[in-house]
Amino acid sequence: MELFINQVLAGISTGAIYACMALAVVMIYQAIDHLNFAQGEMAMFSTFIAWQLMQWGVPYWWTFLLTLAISFAGGILIERLLFKPLAKAPVLTNVAGFIALFAIINSVAGLTWDFTIKEFPSPFGSSAFLGSRLISTHQAGMIGVTLLMLVGLYLFFQFTRIGLAMRAAAALPESARLVGINTSWMIALGWGMAAAIGAVAGILIAPVVFLEPNMMGGVLVYGFAAAVLGGLTSPLGAVIGGFLMGVVENLAGTYIPEVGNELKLPIALALIIVVLVFKPAGLFGRAIIKRV
Amino acid sequence: MSAAAEDAVTEAPAVEAVPKRALSLGTGVSLAILAAALVAPIFVKNFVAFQMTMVMIYGLAVLALNILTGGSGQFSLGQSAFYALGAYTTAVLMENVNMNYALTLPIAGLVSFGAGFLFGRPALRLSGIYLALATFALAVAMPQFLKLHFLEHWTGGVQGLVIIKPDAPFGLPISQDKWLYYFTLAITVAIYVGSINLLRSRSGRALMSIRDNEIAASAMGVDVALYKTLAFGVSAGITGIAGGLSAIVVAFVAPDSYTINLAIALFLGMVVGGVGWLPGSFVGAAFIIFVPNIAESVSKGLSGAVFGVLLFIVIFLVPHGARQVAIVAQQLIGKLRK
Repeated sequence: MELFINQVLAGISTGAIYACMALAVVMIYQAIDHLNFAQGEMAMFSTFIAWQLMQWGVPYWWTFLLTLAISFAGGILIERLLFKPLAKAPVLTNVAGFIALFAIINSVAGLTWDFTIKEFPSPFGSSAFLGSRLISTHQAGMIGVTLLMLVGLYLFFQFTRIGLAMRAAAALPESARLVGINTSWMIALGWGMAAAIGAVAGILIAPVVFLEPNMMGGVLVYGFAAAVLGGLTSPLGAVIGGFLMGVVENLAGTYIPEVGNELKLPIALALIIVVLVFKPAGLFGRAIIKRV
Repeated sequence: MSAAAEDAVTEAPAVEAVPKRALSLGTGVSLAILAAALVAPIFVKNFVAFQMTMVMIYGLAVLALNILTGGSGQFSLGQSAFYALGAYTTAVLMENVNMNYALTLPIAGLVSFGAGFLFGRPALRLSGIYLALATFALAVAMPQFLKLHFLEHWTGGVQGLVIIKPDAPFGLPISQDKWLYYFTLAITVAIYVGSINLLRSRSGRALMSIRDNEIAASAMGVDVALYKTLAFGVSAGITGIAGGLSAIVVAFVAPDSYTINLAIALFLGMVVGGVGWLPGSFVGAAFIIFVPNIAESVSKGLSGAVFGVLLFIVIFLVPHGARQVAIVAQQLIGKLRK
């Protein structure tokens, strides 16, 4: 039993990473109706910017704010330069664009900051949290920040005019245009916000997985899976999906024989598919009803 | 997302009702390319022949994805898994059973067809992003599966299997690479013609009706579940044959040759060639084989960035891929004739 509880706790603490990433994924999905495969690389790049600022001697919280601002602007810039011209292109062409963006960012980061692993400081420290060895204060802080972002996003989308406009622009672009919403800029705004959330995720994740250009590869896969598991339309679902992912992955590694580190991911993904077969819109997603 | 994906594929239907003259133009170009492909090996080095063989093999795999996505509107990131399955079927049969390489290909195709058909059943309930994730899981799991300890006796584990490259039969005085080029060319032409005819047949129209509107298709009496799983099966089968061919041509299989990166490359090939346009598959295959090399030669450190920029340039200029070029060319020639 103690092993079980320990593994669940460890799962929750890795799950916090996935939840963070999944939230960023859902965020951009709500804004632009696509899954952005370059999301993880964008977050990685933001984290490198933060690291660089700290190397130049900027204090932590200033770095944090500056990085958010730069990422927000960067996200908008990427949308305006690269994806606005593709707005009328087929969806699959857009996906190819994401893959191209992925390659570009990864390669530029590798050349600028090289591939050596860098340590990244945590504002929460890394001592034991409430006497538990398995969750450090950093991981507890990470869970806290993720939940805070979740609440903030919920309030933003439910209770502000611009949040409503963004939801309308994503759900029904034509009708939104007819009532006077500038849908094109709503999409750019969505990119900016997603980039900023990604930056927060990157800064929180970096102390755990260490900073290097490929740090997001694995995390993004879990983030996507978590987002899909929770239902792509629901930020809350994404966060819960993230924690579930972490727990399931850990339990599978512990209790199913012959499952080493290598098979953890396939098994977690297989479980998700089983869930999806029974609930095709994810655990918390709204089933989309199409008019015939 | 799923609705949007359908729109995207529907924008340019896979088989259009083309006027007779345009059709003969397309056939003429195809024949010219075939003739060029037949004589080309005489003038090139073995390595170039090998590269051209790989273009055809990847082209077959892209074509298979095209049948699935462009034909039935289902999206897959798991093609690398079926490719691996075909490659390993061929390699294991050649190494452990000493079977003739040509005979292993139909078996590779059948095994992959079966796997794809079975996978297509649970995938029926999923579409769009959700289907992408399910197939993605398949692609991630496959290399790990091939490395499993209790299969090592057959698969060679992490090291993989080395196969002996076959010589040209009947004492033909050509090199192994050039013989395999002709061998691959024959199979490619057969599968290509078969696929074109498949999409033009009753079954092809059933697939496309599902792609365009599933509910309308079922109202017209199309067995949606059967045709969707069949599309998965056929696509996996062709991918498996491509995989088997690649095992023979490269003379080596290893789990890490068939990662998710391969599936992504095949997807890019489909987009660059034009979704739903089968001839474009080979253009896309050439793109995914040669452009990374070009990027590497431009800048070693920034090869990823160069590749990304080139890809962006292509999708900016022709968002519908090579098919768009073909349509423009066809219109130009039509104008010239008037």
